[in-house]
Amino acid sequence: MSVAFFAIAIVTLAGAIAAMSLRNPVHCALCLVVAFAGLAAAYLQLGAEFVGFAQILVYIGAVAILIVFAILLTRSSEIQAGKYFSGASWIGVAICIVLFAAFARGIRSSTLLTRDTPAAKATVQQIGLQMFQGTPENQGNYLLPLELAGVLLTAAMLGAAVIALQESKSDRARNSGAEPRS
Amino acid sequence: MTPLQYYLLFSALLFCVGLAGALTRKSAILVLVGIELMLNAGNLNFIAFWRYGPNPSQATGLIFVIFSIGIAAAEAAVGLALIIAIYRHYKSANVEQIDSMKG
Repeated sequence: MSVAFFAIAIVTLAGAIAAMSLRNPVHCALCLVVAFAGLAAAYLQLGAEFVGFAQILVYIGAVAILIVFAILLTRSSEIQAGKYFSGASWIGVAICIVLFAAFARGIRSSTLLTRDTPAAKATVQQIGLQMFQGTPENQGNYLLPLELAGVLLTAAMLGAAVIALQESKSDRARNSGAEPRS
Repeated sequence: MTPLQYYLLFSALLFCVGLAGALTRKSAILVLVGIELMLNAGNLNFIAFWRYGPNPSQATGLIFVIFSIGIAAAEAAVGLALIIAIYRHYKSANVEQIDSMKG
């Protein structure tokens, strides 16, 4: 395996481990951006250029920024009393180590994964043609999932805006029977 | 080991890191960060199988990942909006303190 793969893997895994173990959530969000960038580099190395740039645009440009906004609006970056990890965190880590051992055993002992295929070109035109026309090998195009994804994104945007909306003063007075927990 | 096995091990490790964070952190936002890492690990799996699979001239793996990225973004938006709404009500985003369904 090339040096580029190991460099990308080390940067991405370091960013991911830092994102899950730092105390300040803003630092976690920034390390998550490093992990996303490393993954975009991995996609570029695998030859999926469109997906790599879509990863940068969507994940780094939208999801990470959303996470930073949520940290700002929930005031998570202030000093917290108490611990940052739950009490029985060793159980979670142990489960993940066992799970990774199971994955690694399955991957290494497989005989199906040892084929080597030549690289493929996946230009945006080919992706578009397969999504809108379909290839002869598979059943057809991906037009219906595309339109449904558009509907889902619209619904998610409206839903998120409505859920996170500030209540007006009249709503708060009407709901004053339910006191917030301390 | 073939390149495909290296990429699968990389994505399995990324998945386990995300799962460990989602299981152990106390802040709800960091649980969502772990979930995003898990989704990204799955996307990397798809792209690796597209590249080293039997039929890389078909862009099926790429198209799946495009949809997966879109759906993950939508889910992150709704999840974070929910966390903001819960914070306004409970004044805390700590998953261990939000333990009752009563409003």
